[in-house]
Order: sequence, then C-alpha cells, then structure tokens
Amino acid sequence: MTDTILNATGLGKRFGGFVALANIDLSIDRGERLGLIGPNGSGKSTLVNCLCGTLRNDSGQVEFDGHALNGLKAHQRTRLGMARSFQLPRPFHTLTLAENVLVPIMYVGRAHGVPDPRQRCHELLDMVGLADKSAKRPGDLTQIEMRKLELARAMASEPRLLIADEAMAGLSHQEVDDILALLMRLNEQGITIIMIEHIMRAVLAFSQRLVVLTAGRKIADGDPREVIRQPDVVAAYLGS
Amino acid sequence: MDLSFDLWGNALVSGVLLGGFYAAVTIGVSISFGMLDIVNIAHPAFIILGSYTAYIANSVFGLDPILASVILLPAFYLLGAAIYTIYDVSFERRGDAAIRGLAFFFGILFITEVTLSLTFGVDYRLVEAPYVGPSLHWGVIDLPLRLLVPCLVSLLLVATLQVFMSHTFVGRAIQAVAQDPQALRLMAANPSRIKRVAFGLSIASASIAGAILIIIQPVEPSVGRDYIGRIFAICVMGGLGSFAGTVSAAMALGIVESFTATYYGPSWSPAVAFGFLLLTLAIRPAGLFGRR
Amino acid sequence: MANLRFILILLVVAAAVFGGVFLVDNDYLYFAGYVVLQYVVLATAWNILGGYTGYVNFGTAAFFALGAYSTVALHKALPMPLPLMMLVGGVVSGVIGLGMGYLTLRLRGTFFSIATLAMAVVMQTLITNWNYVGGSRGAYVLRPSASPILGGDYIRYLFLVMLLLSVIAVATARAIQFSQLGYGFATIRDDEGAAEASGVPTLRLKLLATVLSGAFMGMAGAPLPYYVTYLDPASGFSLSYAVNTIAMPLIGGTSTWAGPVIGAVLLGTMQQVATVTISSALSLLIVGLLLVLFVIAAPRGIVGWFRR
Repeated sequence: MTDTILNATGLGKRFGGFVALANIDLSIDRGERLGLIGPNGSGKSTLVNCLCGTLRNDSGQVEFDGHALNGLKAHQRTRLGMARSFQLPRPFHTLTLAENVLVPIMYVGRAHGVPDPRQRCHELLDMVGLADKSAKRPGDLTQIEMRKLELARAMASEPRLLIADEAMAGLSHQEVDDILALLMRLNEQGITIIMIEHIMRAVLAFSQRLVVLTAGRKIADGDPREVIRQPDVVAAYLGS
Repeated sequence: MDLSFDLWGNALVSGVLLGGFYAAVTIGVSISFGMLDIVNIAHPAFIILGSYTAYIANSVFGLDPILASVILLPAFYLLGAAIYTIYDVSFERRGDAAIRGLAFFFGILFITEVTLSLTFGVDYRLVEAPYVGPSLHWGVIDLPLRLLVPCLVSLLLVATLQVFMSHTFVGRAIQAVAQDPQALRLMAANPSRIKRVAFGLSIASASIAGAILIIIQPVEPSVGRDYIGRIFAICVMGGLGSFAGTVSAAMALGIVESFTATYYGPSWSPAVAFGFLLLTLAIRPAGLFGRR
Repeated sequence: MANLRFILILLVVAAAVFGGVFLVDNDYLYFAGYVVLQYVVLATAWNILGGYTGYVNFGTAAFFALGAYSTVALHKALPMPLPLMMLVGGVVSGVIGLGMGYLTLRLRGTFFSIATLAMAVVMQTLITNWNYVGGSRGAYVLRPSASPILGGDYIRYLFLVMLLLSVIAVATARAIQFSQLGYGFATIRDDEGAAEASGVPTLRLKLLATVLSGAFMGMAGAPLPYYVTYLDPASGFSLSYAVNTIAMPLIGGTSTWAGPVIGAVLLGTMQQVATVTISSALSLLIVGLLLVLFVIAAPRGIVGWFRR
C-alpha cells in the first residue's frame, strides 16, 4: 500500500506567450527517490518553483502530505515540510554561514521539534563539511561550497520532501559521491528526495524512478534504466 | 453637479491636452525605468531644470522656449550620459543597485531642487511667447494655445522617439538591452554603452518637457515633486516600456485629473495620480496596457 | 550584551546628556538639542525598515507630519498630556503604514519606494484641504507656560520627552537587530525569494517593520506643534525631513542600530551650527551632497570604517 506524499495534477505555467509547463502530472510516494532530468530549458526549475510556491502555477493542483497547496505562499509550504536548494545558490550575503543555516531552524525547524538550534546548526554544517567555516560569509566561499551551504540550509527546515536542484553541478568525482552518500543517508532517515541533475551516473545510482521533461512536457516516467533507453528521451538529449 | 456640456466638454478637452503633455513628462522615465530598469526618481528635477533653462533663454535672450529647449538637447543628453556613467560605475556594476541607487537619485533630486532655490529663489517664473495667452474657440469649447501647443510638441516628441526606437540601429539595440541584456553581451555588444545612450535620451527629453511645462504653468523649484506621482503612475499604468501605453495612460490620467479639478477643485489633483498608482499596483501591476 | 543592560547604559547616557544641558541652562541648547534628538528617532525609525529590510521609505514626512497633525487635532478637540498625544500619533502613523504597506509591499521594493514618495504628496494634499487643522493657512498651537515636573520653560519638558523617546527607539532597534526578527529582516534585505523559501514569512515581517517605523516617526512628530507653535503643511511635510532621515542612516551606516544615531548626531549638529552661521538652505544642500557622496564612495557608512 503506497503512501503518496506529493501529487501534482495538470500543472501549467506560461510566461507571456511562452509555455514553460504544460499539463504536468507527477505523483511521489513517501520515502521515494525520484530523479528528474531533461535538457536545459525543459522546465525543471519552473516545475520546482511551482511546487514550492516561488512561482504561482497558472493551472493544475498540487497536494502535499494531505494539504492542498494552491494559494499557499512559499514560506507556508516550507513550514508544511517541503524544502529546496536553488540551482544558482542564493545565500544571505550579510549573514555568516551559521546564521544562514540558523534562519530556517528558527523560523521552521524549531516548530518541528529541534531542541537546540545552535547544535543543530553545527550538525548541518558538519554534514556538508562546512563546520570549520561557520563564522565566514558566503562571499568567502567557492561555488561548490555555496552549493553545499544551499543543501544545509534546505535541510535546516526539517523537511519531509527535499528537492535538490542541481546540487552536484561542477563538483569533482569524489564530491559527487559525497553528496550522493549524503542524500542516500537522508533518504534512509525517511526524507523523500527529488534529485534534479545532469550527471547521469549520479541520477541512475540514486533514483528509484526517473521522470523526463522536455519543452515543458513530461515524456517519460518509470524505471530509470528503461526510461533512458526510450527513443524520445534519447532524442531529447542528443537530437534526432 | 453641473453636467452642462459647457463644463464637462471643456474638462474633457483640457484633460486630453493635459494628458498629451503628461506623455512628454513621462516618456523619459518610460525609457529609464521602463526599459533600463533604473529608478530615476530625479527625473522631475531635470524637467524643472529644463524649465529654468528655457526661462533664461526666453527672458535673457528673447528666444522661444521650445526652440531653446531643442538647442539645448545635446547639453541635456551629455548630462544624462554623465549621470549614467556615475550610476553604472557606482551601483550597477557592483550589483548593489536597489537601495543605494534609489538614494543616489533621491539625493540628485534634492540637490537640484535646493540649488535652483538658492540660485533663482522661490518666486514663480514664467515665459512669454505668442501662444501663451490666446485660445482657439470651437463652439463652447475653448482650446487654449498654451495647452494645445505643448500637447502637440509632446506627441511629436514621443512619436520621434518611437520612430528612433523602431527604425534605427541604436534604437533597436536599446530595445534589445531592455529585453535581454545577457543576450546582448553574448553578441559582443556592450550593454553599458547602449544604456548610456538611452539614459542620455531620457534626460534630453526632459529639456523639451521642461520647456513646455513652463508654458503651461508658472514654475518654481518644488513643482517637480508634484510630478513624481504622476510620472510613475503613468509609467506603471501604461506598462513599463511601452510608448503607446504611456500615451494612453497619460491621456487617462489627464482626463481624470481635469474632471476632478473642474468638479472638486484643483487642490485634489495630486491625489488622483496616487489613486491611479495604488489602484494599478493593487489590481494589475503589469499595467493596463503592459506586456510583462 | 543583554538588552536590559543596554537600556540601562542608554538611560545613564541620557541622564548625563540631560544633566549637562540642565547645568548649562541655556534655552537655545534645549531647542537645538530637541531637533537633534528628533532626528535620532527619525533616523532610527527609518533604518528599521530601510536598513534592516532594504525597503526604502521616501515618505518620512507623511508619517512624521501625521503625528504632528494628530496632535493639532487633539489639542483642539480633546487636550491630553503630551505622552498620550504621542501614543495617538504613533498609532495613527502605524495604522497608515499598515494600510499602505498592505497595498504595496507585495510588489518589488522599488514600487514600494515610489508609492511612499507619492503618498507623502497625497497626505500633504489631504491635510492642506482639512480646515479643522488650519488647512493651508496653518494652525497655531499655544505652548503651555511651564514644564510639568521640571519647572522652567516648556522646552525643557519637550527636550526630556524627546530624549526618552530616543532611548526607547534606539533600544527597540537594537533589540530587533539581535533577535530572530532582526535575522528575518536581514534575509529579506539579502534575498527575499530565498528568505521565503527558507520559511520566513516575508510579507508579515515587512508589514511589521513598516508599522514600527511609521509609528516611531509619528511619535517623533507629535510634539512638533508645541515646539514650533505654528504649523503649516509646507513646513510639516518639508522635503528636508525625507532627505535627512535617509541621509543620516546611510552616512552613519545602515546595518546596525549605531549608524543612524551617529549620522543623526553628526548631521543634526552640523545643521544646527550651519543654520546660524551660513544658512539653513545651504546646510541642506550639504546634506544632499554628503548623501550622494557616501552612497557612491562609502556604502557602509561611517560604521563601515570601523569594521572589517
């Protein structure tokens, strides 16, 4: 008996005349590891933005953990248990790393039963290997470190669903493995994870199910090894 | 309420003429805010500067104010280019535009107003020209030339700028920058240079707007502040960056203001623009005619 | 340092300031000092919204004058002790801030700023058309002949009241800065979208900042009619309030409670001196020039010179 944590039906979004998302249906089970891939500009980030409330979808419904999300603002969705990292890191520049991570703990995490904010903050920074830089500001970080900060900050709201938007871009082989292991550990703790990535080996190693977006449409949804062999998926990436 | 045609007919006509004039006042900000996303709240100060330069040309040299404003176009253009350069180097490049950019222009607005006060005092100034005074008459409708001429000049100004934007290389480059500065950079064109041209044009338009302002009404340094609300109300209503939208919104505002002044008294005019602005922001921030 | 200890230190400083002025016993010092303290409150109030959250309010004059005019109206209709009038002024301005914020804070910061500028003009129009408070001709307000509590000229009482308001304002600003609320404000300033995604209720916080800021400005304006004894819209809504209120935090430093205080004390004193030596218009010009200069060359303000 499966337990659906996220159910999006008929999701649509346009910018002026440009259709970014067309009639997307997406259903995710609790504890699932979902991979989301597609060429650049296919609408992956738009989908994430619509799910999380950063953008308002023009049509369709989203249900999360029994709650209807339409009309809810981003911060409300975060409080319900959805978190995301941004594809291009968006840290709080004037705050230290520790303060960056503390903010979601203070505003959301505490409500979910975090007993000691500072300790939790240290744990999260340690998890991504930034504990020794906790007093620094984002301006002092490398791009890769900023991505790790994104993940730590997303985790700080104690989410039940985590959307990792290209968290591995630009990382070395070892670093990809580290993040992969981290996401696996989080999943083992019960967190549902959507991984958006271009790094195929990571997606295939991680995903129980693979969804492919092209030009705003879902063209595949199923077992990863079968999906990547589908002709239209191959065509989308390589051109036909 | 007196609904005689005499009264509302004249209110309507005055409103249209006034609206036409408002288009000239706003077109500069349609460029700087609508297309370049630079919140130049100091624009009214440049308009008042234009009024005073026209006034000097008129009172000292006996020149027609509109003619003088055209002669001074290059000077205003260079002023705009200079200010953009400072803005670009100080804020845009550092990616810290918002609060400091606003404060910068606010400072310029203030400095200009105070300097004009210190130089010219706070007495109202006006210009003399053959069309300040007489009116045409069409039945019971009055067409004061001091409103008609500025309206026509204004529409001519907007039309000229529109033609420039659509049919010259530089104009189209400006439109490109407005829509997608990143793409422009990838094509090896320098967005900063093009923005400088655009901003220069924006301030140059203030020269003409100032000249026709002082034809319509007497001017003293603080008059500019009445126009901030109007300018941005029109800009937002008209849809940022659309010239046709600017003219339409300007007309709408002019007409409503004229009716308000006729039936409720002129002291309520500033509130009209603000009402428009709030209404637009609350209901349709993309503007009534906007594409964004 | 805990908030309570900070308040105590502030009170000691305030007592010292008052003691000093009291000993010198020159009425002019009270008058000049009142203006400087008024700017401490205004600059601090502005910074709660502008410095902490990054939303620039150009319409200081509106909130300030509203406080002043609510006093004028109360003075005619229902006279009451000054501190109560200040509370009323604070509430009125706070409510106006809430209303305006509700309409404009859901949009980009630039639209909010433009709306504040236009709103100042509209408020002035409304007051100018309201004959009960004198309209464009202005209103005369009789200053009580003697200070309650202190004795001597009433100006001593006004000075004391403004001094206490400064302490409250600065203490509030500092308390906010180091609290969860202050962090929330900072995230709004740094990246509002990311703040929302991190669970910060941005609209609610912005409204709170606007209400607090507006309320303090209203409280700062409430004693004004007694200070000037004649109030008209042109002077109540003077653009110099807007410029000073923005220049002082930007020059002092917007990231901390100390910046507005430094800016207000320095610029306020400079203007008081300049008013009697050169001219008030020229001193305003200097403020404008300093604002532009600092914004271009020293964005972190004077406070920034002493930090990393």
